[in-house]
Amino acid sequence: MTTAAETPSDRSVLPITERYALLGWLRRNLFSDLFNSLLTLVALVFIFTIARILLRWAFVTAEWGVIPANFNLIMRGQYPAAEAWRLWLVIYLLGAVAGVTWRLISGQFSGAARVLIAIPFVLMLIPFFSMGTRLNLFITAVASAAGYYIEGYLPIQRRGRAAVYFILAYLVIMLLLLRGVGAEEGPMPPVSPILWGGLLLSLLLAFFGITLSFPLGVALALGRQSKLPAIRVMSVIYIEFIRGVPLISLLFMGQVMLQLFLPDGFPLVDRVLRALVAITLFSAAYTAENVRGGLQSIPRGQYEAAQALGLSAYQSTINIILPQALRAVIPVLVGQFISLFKDTTLVALVGIFDLLGIARTILANPDWLGTQQEVYAIIAVLFWIFSYSMSYASRRLERRLGVGVR
Amino acid sequence: MSENETADEIIICQDVCKWFGDFQALKDCSLRVKAQEVVVIIGPSGSGKSTFIRCINRLEEHQAGDIIVDGIPLTRDVRNIEQIRSEAGMVFQQFNLFPHLTVLENITLAPIQVRKMKKEEAQETAMGLLNRVGIPEQADKHPGQLSGGQQQRVAIARSLAMSPKIMLFDEPTSALDPEMIKEVLDVMQELAESGMTMLVVTHEMGFAREVADRIVFMDAGEIVEVGTPEHFFTNAQHDRTKLFLSQIL
Ligand SMILES: Nc1ncnc2c1ncn2[C@@H]1O[C@H](COP(=O)(O)OP(=O)(O)OP(=O)(O)O)[C@@H](O)[C@H]1O
Ligand SMILES: [Mg+2]
Repeated sequence: MTTAAETPSDRSVLPITERYALLGWLRRNLFSDLFNSLLTLVALVFIFTIARILLRWAFVTAEWGVIPANFNLIMRGQYPAAEAWRLWLVIYLLGAVAGVTWRLISGQFSGAARVLIAIPFVLMLIPFFSMGTRLNLFITAVASAAGYYIEGYLPIQRRGRAAVYFILAYLVIMLLLLRGVGAEEGPMPPVSPILWGGLLLSLLLAFFGITLSFPLGVALALGRQSKLPAIRVMSVIYIEFIRGVPLISLLFMGQVMLQLFLPDGFPLVDRVLRALVAITLFSAAYTAENVRGGLQSIPRGQYEAAQALGLSAYQSTINIILPQALRAVIPVLVGQFISLFKDTTLVALVGIFDLLGIARTILANPDWLGTQQEVYAIIAVLFWIFSYSMSYASRRLERRLGVGVR
Repeated sequence: MSENETADEIIICQDVCKWFGDFQALKDCSLRVKAQEVVVIIGPSGSGKSTFIRCINRLEEHQAGDIIVDGIPLTRDVRNIEQIRSEAGMVFQQFNLFPHLTVLENITLAPIQVRKMKKEEAQETAMGLLNRVGIPEQADKHPGQLSGGQQQRVAIARSLAMSPKIMLFDEPTSALDPEMIKEVLDVMQELAESGMTMLVVTHEMGFAREVADRIVFMDAGEIVEVGTPEHFFTNAQHDRTKLFLSQIL
C-alpha cells in the first residue's frame, strides 16, 4: 500500500491508489468521528431499505405490461395512428432545431452536443420498441447532427439570427403538421386538438404556456412600473387578481366563460385552446412578479446613465434594463416554468387528456385494473425527466451568461 | 449684456430652484457658462452640487427658474430634453457602466441607437476614443473586469462618443483608489485643453486650481461665490467660503 502510494507514476498500481483515495475520502467525509459514522450507518440502512422495497417492486411485483400496451396512448393520446408519421416528422425537425441551437450555444463540438445526439440512441435501447420506432429515433439523431453541422457552416455573425429563423419556422411547421391542412381526404387531414393527448399535449401546453406568457408577463411587469397611472393600475389589478385565484378555477372559468369575452360570431374555441388561454393568463401574472423582482434589482444609476446618453425610455428598457433584469431572474423564471409544466396536469380535471388524464383513462379500463402503481410511476418519471432537463439547461445558461457580469 | 456675449454662453441657469418635498435643495441658483469654459463646483456635502448639475440634463427636474442649454430651453417637452441630453455628456461618481455589455458595446450603444450611426463607424469612433483615454486593449472586456480608473475612463469615452458640446462631471474621482485618481484627472485635463466645455463637481483642489477657469462655491443650496481660482485661493470674500477652504486645504 505505502509503496504504491509513493510511486504514483507506476501505471500498473493506479487502481490501488484510486481505491486508496476513495477510502481516504470515505474516512474524511463519512466516518470522521463516532457520531458521523453512526449517522452514516443509519442513513445507509434507511437508503438500503427503501431501495430494496423499490427494486423488489420494480423487478418482481410490478406488471409492466400495461406500459407497452398503452404506449401510444401515453405518448400521443387519441392522435390517429394513421397520422403518427406527422408526429415523427415534428420530432425529426425538433432534433434538427436542437442541433442548431446547441451549435449556437456551445460553439465547439462539446460534450453536451454528444449527449444531445446520444439521447435518441439511448431511447432505442428501450426493450419493447418496434423496429419502426427505432428507425425513427435513428433518423432523429441524424437530423440533430445535420442541424448541428448546417449551423456550423454559417458564418459566426449570422448564426444567432439564423437560429431564430429556424426556430420560428419550426414552430409554424410544427403547428401545421399537428393540426393538418387541406381536406378531410387530403394527405394531411385536420386533427382536432381534442384528440391530442398524453405526453404530446403536456409538452405542448407547457411550451406554449411558457412562450406566450413570457412576453405578456414582461409587459405586465413593465406596465406595473409605468409612469402612466392607467397602465399601472390595470397591470396591478390584473396581476393581483390572477395571483389570488387558483389555477384550477381559472381553468374552469376558461372552459365556461372564455366565449363571453370574444366577439359575437367568433368560432367556438376548442377545449384545449381554452385551457391554454387560462394557463397563459395564469403564468403571465407570476412571470410579471418575478420579472419585477429583476427590474427592482437594477440600480438607479443604470437608468440615469441611459438617460444621460439620450436614450429614449424604450431604448433604455430594451438595451439596458431588461437584459440585466431578465438575466438576474433566470433561476426564478425557470423554477416557475417547471411548476407550470407540472401544473398543466390540472387540465385533466376539465376533461383534457394530458399525461395525467391519459393515465386516468388507462386505469379506468377494466383490462388494466390494479396497475395504478406502474402507470403513475411512469408518469412521474416522464415529468421528472423533462423538469430536470429544464433545470439543467437553465444552470448551463446561467453559467454562460454569467461570464463577465459584475 | 451685449448680444454677442449671450450667444457665447452655452449654459444659462437663471434663479433655478428645486425642492425635494418640503426641503429646498437649490435656492435661486444662477450661473452662466461660456463655450469652452471649465467651471469647477465645490462645496460641503449636501450643499446641492449634484442636484444642480443633474438639473442641467434633467436627471432632476427644477421647479422654478430657467435653464437654457446651447439655446434649447429645458422644459417638460421630451424632445428638448432628449436633445439636451445628447449634447451634454455626464460622468458619474459610480461610473454606471452597463455591466452586461463589453467596453466597446458600452461606447457604441448610444451613437448607434440615438444618432443612428452605422455599427462599423461607431466602433471606429469608439476605438479612437479608447485610444484617447489610453485603454484600447480593453475594448472586448466587460466593465467588471476593469479597475475603477479604467472604468471611469471608459465612462468618459462613452459620453464623448455622442460628440457632446458639454461634459458634466459629478465627483468623477471620489469612488477611486488614490493611485487611480491621477489617470482620470489626466484624461479630464486633456479634455479641457481640447476646448470642451466642462462643469465639474470635485473635491480635487489641485485640479480646480490648475484646470478651472472659474470656481463656484455652493453651500446649503445657494451659490455663494464665483471666481477665478486665483481669487478663490488667495482672496475669498465670504466667511462660509473661507471656512470651507480652511477645512479642506
Ligand atoms: N432624491 C432626493 N430626495 C430627497 N432629498 C434629496 C434627494 N437628493 C438629494 N437630496 C437632498 O438634497 C440636498 C443636496 O443633495 P446633493 O446630492 O445635491 O448634495 P451634494 O452637494 O452633491 O453632496 P455630496 O458632496 O455629498 O455629493 C441634500 O441635503 C440631500 O439630502
Ligand atoms: Mg453629490
